[in-house]
Amino acid sequence: MDPECSRLLPALCAVLVDPRQPVADDTCLEKLLDWFKTVTEAGPSLLLLQENPCLVELLFRVLKAHDPRPRVLSFSLRLAGLFAAQEDCFQYLQVSLSRAVDTIFSLQGDSSLFVASAAGQLLVHILALAMRGPAEGHPSPQGCDWPACAQKIVCHVEDSLRSTATPQVTQALNVLTTTFGHCHSPWTQGLWVRLSPLVACLLEKDPIPASHSLVDLLLSVARSPVGSSDCGLWETLAQTLSHLSPTQAGPLALGILKLQDCPQALKTQAFGVLLQPLACVLKAAAQAPGPPGFPEGATGDSITVDTFLSSKSACVGLLCQALAHLELLQLLPQRPSPWPQAPLLRAAVAILRFCHGSAAPTSDVGGHLCAVLAGCVRVQRAALDFLGTLSQGTGPQELVTQVFAVLLEYLTSPDSSPMVLKKAFQATLRWLLGSPKAPSCCDLDPHTQLFLGELLPVLRKRLCSPCWEARDSGLEFLTQVTRHWGGQAAFRHALLASEVPELTGQLLRDPESYVRASAVTATGQLSSWGLYATPTGPEHPEVQQESLFTELLHILSTDSEGFPRRAVMHVFTQWLKDGHADVAEDLEQFVARVLQAASQDLDWEVRAQGLELALVFLEQLLGQPGSRCPYAVALPEAAPPATLAQVLQALCRVQLFEFALRALFDCDRPVAQKSCDLLLFLKAKATPCGGPQEAGASPDVVSVEAALQRWQAGEQGQPLGELEPEAVMAVLRSMDLEGLRGMLAKSSDHMEKSPQSLLQDMLATVGVLGENEADCY
Amino acid sequence: MLDCGLDMTSTLNFLPLPLVQNPRLSNLPGWSLKDGNAFLDKELKECSGHVFVDSVPEFCLPETELIDLSTVDVILISNYHCMMALPYITEHTGFTGTVYATEPTVQIGRLLMEELVNFIERVPKAQSASLWKNKDTQRLLPSPLKDAVEVSTWRRCYTMQEVNSALSKIQLVGYSQKIELFGAVQVTPLSSGYALGSSNWIIQSHYEKVSYVSGSSLLTTHPQFSVVFQPMDQASLKNSDVLILTGLTQIPTANPDGMVGEFCSNLALTVRNGGNVLVPCYPSGVIYDLLECLYQYIDSAGLSSIPFYFISPVANSSLEFSQIFAEWLCHNKQTKVYLPEPPFPHAELIQTNKLKHYPSIHGDFSNDFRQPCVVFTGHPSLRFGDVVHFMELWGKSSLNTVIFTEPDFSYLEALAPYQPLAMKCIYCPIDTRLNFIQVSKLLKEVQPLHVVCPEQYTQPPPAQSHRVDLMIDCQPPAMSYRRAEVLALPFRRRYEKIEIMPELADSLVPMEIKPGISLATVSAVLHTKDNKHVLQVPPRGGWGPPPRPAQPTGGKKRKRPSDDIPDCKVLKPLLSGSIPVEQFVQTLEKHGFSDIKVEDTAKGHIVLLQEAETLIQIEEDSTHIICDNDEVLRVRLRDLVLKFLQKF
Repeated sequence: MDPECSRLLPALCAVLVDPRQPVADDTCLEKLLDWFKTVTEAGPSLLLLQENPCLVELLFRVLKAHDPRPRVLSFSLRLAGLFAAQEDCFQYLQVSLSRAVDTIFSLQGDSSLFVASAAGQLLVHILALAMRGPAEGHPSPQGCDWPACAQKIVCHVEDSLRSTATPQVTQALNVLTTTFGHCHSPWTQGLWVRLSPLVACLLEKDPIPASHSLVDLLLSVARSPVGSSDCGLWETLAQTLSHLSPTQAGPLALGILKLQDCPQALKTQAFGVLLQPLACVLKAAAQAPGPPGFPEGATGDSITVDTFLSSKSACVGLLCQALAHLELLQLLPQRPSPWPQAPLLRAAVAILRFCHGSAAPTSDVGGHLCAVLAGCVRVQRAALDFLGTLSQGTGPQELVTQVFAVLLEYLTSPDSSPMVLKKAFQATLRWLLGSPKAPSCCDLDPHTQLFLGELLPVLRKRLCSPCWEARDSGLEFLTQVTRHWGGQAAFRHALLASEVPELTGQLLRDPESYVRASAVTATGQLSSWGLYATPTGPEHPEVQQESLFTELLHILSTDSEGFPRRAVMHVFTQWLKDGHADVAEDLEQFVARVLQAASQDLDWEVRAQGLELALVFLEQLLGQPGSRCPYAVALPEAAPPATLAQVLQALCRVQLFEFALRALFDCDRPVAQKSCDLLLFLKAKATPCGGPQEAGASPDVVSVEAALQRWQAGEQGQPLGELEPEAVMAVLRSMDLEGLRGMLAKSSDHMEKSPQSLLQDMLATVGVLGENEADCY
Repeated sequence: MLDCGLDMTSTLNFLPLPLVQNPRLSNLPGWSLKDGNAFLDKELKECSGHVFVDSVPEFCLPETELIDLSTVDVILISNYHCMMALPYITEHTGFTGTVYATEPTVQIGRLLMEELVNFIERVPKAQSASLWKNKDTQRLLPSPLKDAVEVSTWRRCYTMQEVNSALSKIQLVGYSQKIELFGAVQVTPLSSGYALGSSNWIIQSHYEKVSYVSGSSLLTTHPQFSVVFQPMDQASLKNSDVLILTGLTQIPTANPDGMVGEFCSNLALTVRNGGNVLVPCYPSGVIYDLLECLYQYIDSAGLSSIPFYFISPVANSSLEFSQIFAEWLCHNKQTKVYLPEPPFPHAELIQTNKLKHYPSIHGDFSNDFRQPCVVFTGHPSLRFGDVVHFMELWGKSSLNTVIFTEPDFSYLEALAPYQPLAMKCIYCPIDTRLNFIQVSKLLKEVQPLHVVCPEQYTQPPPAQSHRVDLMIDCQPPAMSYRRAEVLALPFRRRYEKIEIMPELADSLVPMEIKPGISLATVSAVLHTKDNKHVLQVPPRGGWGPPPRPAQPTGGKKRKRPSDDIPDCKVLKPLLSGSIPVEQFVQTLEKHGFSDIKVEDTAKGHIVLLQEAETLIQIEEDSTHIICDNDEVLRVRLRDLVLKFLQKF
């Protein structure tokens, strides 16, 4: 710790223990902890404690205080934990703190969650350190050879587990969960042997107390080395699964299925728990005994049915949880195999139909589900997400048809809320892109083509919706589907016949900026595939047909909102990469006009994107830097490589230098950084070939440097005037771009981030450093 | 009488009334019975497989047989749609009572009636069909004519004169105003949030409260329906003994917000393709909502250059009325009334020439008419009004679209006489009235002891029998009624409030019989007039016979006020207290009775005077002296008993 900080520390500690002094906000204390963490991680900290007795004094006084302030208490506990993590520090602290263990016990129940959690963690640290050394190895479960401090903590945990008060039980379970999560030494096995009977006793209570914490503990133990060696644990887990209510058992089941090695029977049981609610839905939706459903053990038991019937919130909660868990599980490599894809699909479709009111159930449970789920947005969102994930697998054609039908229902329904509609579009996209290609050719299969025929009129209507979220989701969908299928003849044919491209063009003038931004992206994408024709509507019959480029450029120069302008820059960059026809027509003209518009933009992201575009242009002229952009199509590749001089001339003509140099002194750091990278790239490319011309050879250098200095001083309004390539190269060579890059790489607040500044600020807020004006950020 | 609505679905059985000579309609073939009998072919015409009555359209009136409407004292109107049958009742049944309604209800109701009368009267039709109504004939007709109920009571439209006369019987009321009805009950209109001036009613006496909830809306925070009226007053509905619930949404599955979205999208798509949009509508109500949505939407959809026409004989008045009823608007809109900015945006649409309104298609409209365009016009039944003309004009092109937004009529039935039709038909019913979820919340909030509602609300819709969410679910279950059913409301009037005159109250001497409870006997005359009860000081004279009324001094026969007081009977004092048996026996002995025996019974004691062969039965609330025809002895004993009791 540097001397200045050491000097400030006693004053700060005094402030923290003084109940009359206002304490800086939590953020400052968090930063202080971060700093102590870096200090303690840097090396042995015993000396730090010895040299700064104010720290031990702080811990001691805070723990002794009658009514400590929660945030200071929490801070002190965590600080103690930080130091206690090192053995010598622990022993040093133990002298003064061991009497404080009782205080820490009581702090577990503190009304402040920060304090309670910190107290629990501190107990774990103390226990872990106490068990180091003498008890290392395999101590007896009875604990007769355990250090006194550890004995005391374990006895406290035991007492808490026996308690009838749920908060006590929760505290004990949380301490154990942290212990098994962090400590993997052999003694933890002894600990589990000693405590597992008490944990098992909890399962026999009705209702099971602190079920959430219990699940956390069991999973924590199962993941620790204890899990792999204790067969009893699997039995406990199986027992817990069957004792907990369906909603409580869900997280445990998912946790079990994520475990690497656990008995197959347990996995089957856990999977059954997750599938129960969906099995119930399938049963409720069935008109007649249908095709085979879920595996044994997931047949919609009576407890799940009872949960469904108990209340709307219980039913919705259980279904959403099951859907979310199964969605997570599907993405995992260790997901159960065989994966019951078909019944899951059927269940997802059934849920969506219940929510939509289009299911016609025959059973009582079905009727109840219908009433509860009708119009329930929460379940609709969860089910659509789940259905989207299921698109990774396949299914029988008849089921896939049902999936598309239900998706179309949602896309069409006027009652779909904007969020549900967005999810429906996302799920539709995933199913469309996952659908198989026709075997004979590379075009879309007939089912997909049929679906497209129904989908596009719906999309068209959504683009006319008075609800902007609907228009936006529609445009996003169109962009995505075009990106993937822009080359498919069937898609192109259907799209061109659908009026959708014209509507998309219309939305470039939407009153909502998000929609304009999405329309920019969509038209850009359509145009890349030659699917965009400039619209002529009844609204603007007088407007001359102009190219999309001109229209987007107009948005870039005049739109009052940032999102559409950023979107335009992305489209232009993509066009440049792809060699879009409008761009190829007059490449230099294109780049020059875009850079000119971008350079005057007030939004730094637009300027940064301008540099991105400039870089693409440079790469196309000079060749790529390594594997920077492997997919970029280098336009001039077909033509013979231009000489450096020609390239530099071209860069001058499009005023790329002026743009980049101006950006170098941009007040927004990311812009300056990007510009620096670009100029470094240019310098690296140009220098080997730039031998003949030496710095200072051109008289213009002086004026260029003078202009740069003025820019640096903030006078950005000054033009640079005509530039000679030689002068630019000379200036680049003379500039310390590497140094500048290093400077820029540091965060802008690196000065203010120093611990010294933090201590000063905290003291300043309480007025201890009168001379230092408060400079809070 | 609660509300006075007119069932206009009867008009769907009639052929449309075209504004101009229409060869298609006039050349429809007559309908003949299966056996070829063609006696009805003048009255019934066939069009695309449907049979229609070729006559002036007729309306189905409220039930008039069940009760004698001349005995109805009061009609309470809840909104302008629910008063359309008023002229039939007030002008033709001997009705002499009063109708209560809010001012906007009356004004807009007048517009609706005026429009209706105008639509029908401007195309006079000579023919009036009646043969088909014969019960024996009607049985032979195809559906839906065969199943039409009470066709004999169907009536032609009223005249403007009848409308004016009916409206003159309306007493205007304001929200929360308390109106005494014959001293028996008080009625109060409350804001119901559904339409301009719409109300629910509270009917209450001192001890009973009945709420009548009809046509209410809770859409308060809706983005698209920035509810323009005062929000529904729910708090005043609390503590009801009975809540009569009616006028729920007719389309419980259609969310108004989604429907407006559909409306706008379909409108934009049609116009963009060069087609025209026809919106059959009433001249007030949903049209305000649609215009407000379109006001926000047309710019975003690039439709600013498309003309919107509103054609109705009362279009101008309707648009103007809505701007001036400040006290009936929600707070937001109220503040705008006092600003240069109009409360409804359609004023701006009119100022900027985007919305134009005309009394009919004749005159200025034909000069201004430009296509593609959007036309709002009536009548939503498509049987009369300017809409008939546009249906004929645009029906043949698939570029055009008709968008139904009023939920009152089945759109397929409305379209039937226009078939075959090339134009697109979109059904976007917009009904902002309460749906079942909202009703369930309302009932939880208001907690009436009993709910009374039409039978239809207590079961899922017939087409969706599994949707148990689409019915009223309350505890105790709602009492339902069906047409012409007589229902006894589940409460009895047990108490009446009685006023005590100050002089009488002054004379009372309460006695505390328990801490906090005092009693006083009151001797007074109960005076009841106009269902109000007053206790007055009795005429002087104590408990003796009543004083003879003073003879009139003059020879006039006119009664004086004191004559109103009825003759009082001899008033006996009231007794209280209990008889201690031992002391009573001692007293008897003191007065010479001997051989006294006391028996305990379940309810008290029996004192036996064996010698006198007399029995005194003393119970908590009664004492009987049973002796054999010895009145002197009985009186003696009675007086002894009375000594132990207090007299008032």
